[in-house]
Amino acid sequence: MLLFIPVVVFAVLVLVLWLGLSLNPQELPSVLIDKPMPAFAMSTIEGEEVSNIDLPEQIFLLNVWGSYCLPCLVEHPTLMRLSEEGEIPVVGINYKDQDDLAQDWLQTNGNPFAFSIYDMQGRLGIDLGVYGAPETYLVDADGVIRYRHVAVLDEEVWINDFVPAIAELKAVSEQ
Amino acid sequence: MIPELGSFSLILALCLSGLLGTLPLAGAHSGNALWMNLARPLTVGIFVFLGLAISILAWAFATNDFSVSFVAQHSNTLLPMRYKLTAVWGGHEGSFLLWTFMLAGWILSVGTFSRSMPLDFVARVLAVLGLLIFSYILFMLATSNPFDRIVPLPPADGADLNSALQDLAFILHPPTLYMGYVGFSVVFAFAIAALLSGRMDAAWARWSRPWANLSWAILTLGIALGSWWAYYELGWGGYWAWDPVENPPLIAWLLGTALIHSLAVTEKRGVFRSWTVLLAILAFSGSLLGTFITRSGLLTSVHAFASDPDRGLFILGILGVAIGGSLLLFALRAPLMKSEAGFELLSREMFLLTNNLLLVVSAASIFLGTLFPMVYQALTDELISIGPPYFNVVFVPLMLILIAFLGIGPISRWKKTSATYLSKQLGKVLLASMILGVGLPLLVLLEVSIPATVTMIFASWILLSIVKDLAAKVANKSSLEQGLRGLSLSYYGMQTAHFGIAIMLVGVAFTGYFGAERSVLLAAGDSVALGEYEFTQVGTSRVNGPNYFADEVLIEVTRQGELIRQLHPQRRLYIASGTPSTEMAIDPGFFRDLFVTLGEQKDNGAWSMTIYVKPFARWIWLGALFMAFGGSLAAADKRYRRLRVKTNILHSRHHTSPVTASLNPAK
Amino acid sequence: MKPHRQKRLGIILFITAGLAIAAGLTLFALRQNINMFFTPTQVVRGEVTSGVNFRIGGMVKEGSLMQAGDSLQVQFVTTDFVNEVPVSYTGILPDLFREGQGIVAEGQIDISGIFQASRVLAKHDENYMSPEVKAALDAAGASSENYSMALESES
Repeated sequence: MLLFIPVVVFAVLVLVLWLGLSLNPQELPSVLIDKPMPAFAMSTIEGEEVSNIDLPEQIFLLNVWGSYCLPCLVEHPTLMRLSEEGEIPVVGINYKDQDDLAQDWLQTNGNPFAFSIYDMQGRLGIDLGVYGAPETYLVDADGVIRYRHVAVLDEEVWINDFVPAIAELKAVSEQ
Repeated sequence: MIPELGSFSLILALCLSGLLGTLPLAGAHSGNALWMNLARPLTVGIFVFLGLAISILAWAFATNDFSVSFVAQHSNTLLPMRYKLTAVWGGHEGSFLLWTFMLAGWILSVGTFSRSMPLDFVARVLAVLGLLIFSYILFMLATSNPFDRIVPLPPADGADLNSALQDLAFILHPPTLYMGYVGFSVVFAFAIAALLSGRMDAAWARWSRPWANLSWAILTLGIALGSWWAYYELGWGGYWAWDPVENPPLIAWLLGTALIHSLAVTEKRGVFRSWTVLLAILAFSGSLLGTFITRSGLLTSVHAFASDPDRGLFILGILGVAIGGSLLLFALRAPLMKSEAGFELLSREMFLLTNNLLLVVSAASIFLGTLFPMVYQALTDELISIGPPYFNVVFVPLMLILIAFLGIGPISRWKKTSATYLSKQLGKVLLASMILGVGLPLLVLLEVSIPATVTMIFASWILLSIVKDLAAKVANKSSLEQGLRGLSLSYYGMQTAHFGIAIMLVGVAFTGYFGAERSVLLAAGDSVALGEYEFTQVGTSRVNGPNYFADEVLIEVTRQGELIRQLHPQRRLYIASGTPSTEMAIDPGFFRDLFVTLGEQKDNGAWSMTIYVKPFARWIWLGALFMAFGGSLAAADKRYRRLRVKTNILHSRHHTSPVTASLNPAK
Repeated sequence: MKPHRQKRLGIILFITAGLAIAAGLTLFALRQNINMFFTPTQVVRGEVTSGVNFRIGGMVKEGSLMQAGDSLQVQFVTTDFVNEVPVSYTGILPDLFREGQGIVAEGQIDISGIFQASRVLAKHDENYMSPEVKAALDAAGASSENYSMALESES
C-alpha cells in the first residue's frame, strides 16, 4: 500500500499544477472590452480638430505612444509595416507627451498613424484606462473596443493575438 | 520551400518514433525477434530526420528567412553569424527542437552501445524512449512548430535576439543542460524496462550506471555554465539566485546525485532496489518538471520563455501520463523486488542511505519553496514570495551534514563497519582538519574568522579523508605506482567528484562571506576604495558594435598605488530591439574576481556603478568541473563493459538475481 | 528473525527522525522567509505594520522619479491608480526601470510612511508585467472612474 504514496502525491501535484495554469499570470483584463470607444473632441499633434467621427469606419488599431517611450520604438517597425502595407489603419494616441517632441519623433522614425490624438493631460487615457505607453486597442467598424494589448506589439503578438481576433470579428460581421 | 521540408522531417520523425514506441514493445511481449530488431534501425531514422530538421532551421537563420516566424522573432540581419546559428535555441520552439534532437542522440547511442544486453531488454528500453520522443515531437507539431510561416506578408527584418542571450556561455549552456536533462530519460527508460520485464536486479543497475553517471556529469556542467552565464551576463553580482527556473535543474541534479549513489548500492549489494527504481523515475520527473515550469509560464522569471497556457496543458499531459503511469507501474511491480536488509546500522549501505535521505530532502525542500507561492495563491488568492534566505537556511545545513558523511562513506565497509574501525581510520583526519581549519585562516587573515574556520574544517575533512582512503588502499601493495594503478576508474571518478565538492565549498563560502560590493557615483577622475583595491573612473567613450551602440567607461584598478588592471564596462543599446543592456567588466583571477557593472550616467557626466570584489569566485565553477570530470571518469570505467558479458550468462537463468547469492558473502 | 526486525526498526526510526528534523527545519525556514505581497491601497489602509519585510507592487507614477545628483539615492511613487506609496531606494535601478511601468519592491515601511526598499525588481523582458503588479491593479478595482479620481487628485 505504501508503494502507492508516490502516485497519489503526484496526482495531487498534477492537480495543483493544473490549477496553477488556470491562474494565467499574464493576462490583463480591460474594463472597456466590448464597450464603445469613449467620446472625445480633441486636437491632433499637428493641431487639427478631431473627434469620434474622424475614426476609420472599419476595423482599426488604436495605439498609445509617446516620444519618451522606448518600447514604442520596438513596436514601431510593426506598426509601420501594418499601415504601409494597408493591412489595417492605425490611429495614435500621443499620451502625456509634448507635441513638438512627438512631431520630431514621427519625422525621425516614420509616421504609421492616420492621425495622432494629442492627449497631453492623459484625459482620453483616463477614459480608456491606459496603464502607460505602449498599449494597443483593437476597435471594430462600429467604434466598439474589442481587444486590448498592454506592452509591445511586435510581429509575434500581431500574429498570435491580433490576427485571430480580427478574423473572428470579420467572421461575426459577415454572418 | 525549405522550411516546409523541416516540418516534413518532423512528421517523418514522428511516424518513426510512433513505430519505435510500439513495435519493439509488442515484440518483447510476444517474443517476436523481428519486431524487437526493428528498434535499432528506427533510432537511426529518428536521429537523421531530427538532425535534418534542426539543420534546416539553422539554414533559415543563416539565410535570414524572416518568413519563418521563429526566425523573424529571434534574429535580425545585423546579428553576427554565430549568434544567428545559436539563436536556433534562443526561443521556445527552437530550443524544444534541440531538446528533442538531443534525446534522439541519446536514443541512438543507447541503440549502438547496448549490443551486450539481452535483446528483449534493449527493445523495451528503446520503446520507452520512443514513446517519450513521440510525445515531444507531437507537442512540437501541435503547439510550437519552429517552421511556422508568417503569412501572407513576412517582415523585412527580424526582431533581434534578446541581448542577454548574445553571449558565449549562452551558446553552450542550454545544449549542455538539455543533454544532461535528457540523459536521465535513458536511466528512466532502463528503470521502466526493468519494471516491465520484472528484471530488477544488479544487472539492471550495472547497465544503468554508466548512463546515469554520464548524464549526471553533463547536467553538472550544464548547471555550472548557467550559473556562470548568470554571473557575468546578468550583472547582479551573484551566481545563483534561487530563481524558480534555476531551481528545477538543481532539483533534478540532487535527485540524480542520490540516484548514482543508490545505483552503486543496488549494483554492489543488491539492496535498495525499489528505492533506486523510484529515484530513477523521480530524477526524470525532475527534468520534465523543469521543462514544464520553464515553458508553461506557470512561474515568471528571467529565464522563462514567452508563455502559453495551451503549451503548459500539453506538457502537463505528457508529464501526467509519463510520470503518473510509471509511478503506478512502480506501485504494482515493486512488491516483486523484496530484498532483505542484509546490513548493519553501521555500514556503508547505511551511510549511502543517509546520503540519499539528505539529497532527496534537500530536493524536496527546494521543490516546496519553488512551488509554494503558486500553491498558496491557488488556495488563498493571496500573493507571496519566498526569498533566497529560505533556500539558504534549509539547503546549507543539509549540505554541511552531507559533507560530514561524505568523509565517512567511502572509508566505511559494506555490510558492517565497526565504530572502532571508523574512529581509527578517521580520528586523525578529524583532528588534522580541525587544526588546518583553525590554523590556516589565522595565518592568512591574522584574525579569528568563524566562517573561514568552518569552511576550512569541512574542506580539509573532504580532502584529508580522500587522501587517507587512497593511502589505505595502496598501503599493502608492493609499490605506490602499482597500488594507484590497481584502483578502478570509477573509484578515481568518485574521489575526483568529491574533491570537486571541497573546491566548490571553498568558492561558495569565501565568495559569500568575504565578497565585498559597493554602489557608488563616480565622475571622471573620482576614485573609490574597496578592500585593498582602488577603482578610478578615467573617462567615457562611445563604442559601436555590430548591432549596438555603447558608452564605454574606462576604470583603472590599482593596488597599493600600482596599476593592476583596466576595466571597460559598457552600457549598450541594441539597435533592432531598442533594449538597453549593461555589459559588465570582469578581471578574473584564481583567488579573486573584480568586476564593475554600470548603472546610469547622470547629467553631470558621473556614472552610477556597482563594484564587486569576489574572492575565490572561480572555485565555484572549478569545483563543478572536477565533479563533471569525476562523473565522466566513472562512466568510462571499463568494468561496465567487461562485466556485461558475465551478466548475460547469469541472465539466462530468469529472474534470479545474481546478487542473492552474494548477499551473504563468504567473508 | 528477531535481530532482523530490530535492525529494520532501527533503519525506519533513523529515516523518520531524519525526515522529521528536515520537515521542522523547512517549515521554520518557510515561516521566516515568506514575503507577503501588498498593494499600495493595502499599505495606505494600514494593513502592514512597520518593521516587517514585505513586497509592494504597482506602477511607477509618471513624473515621480527623483534622483539625487550626488548620490545613488532615488525616490519614486508607486501607485495602483487608487492609492500611492512613496518608495525610497539607494542603489542602481534595474536596466528596464521606467516611469509608467510596473515594478515590485522589497523592503519595509518606515514610520513616516515611506517604503524603504532593499531591492527593486523590474523584469528582463519588455513584454512583462509582473503578476504581482497585475494583482495590485486588479485588487484596487482599477476601473476608469478610479483612474480619473487618482489622476485628478494629483493635478
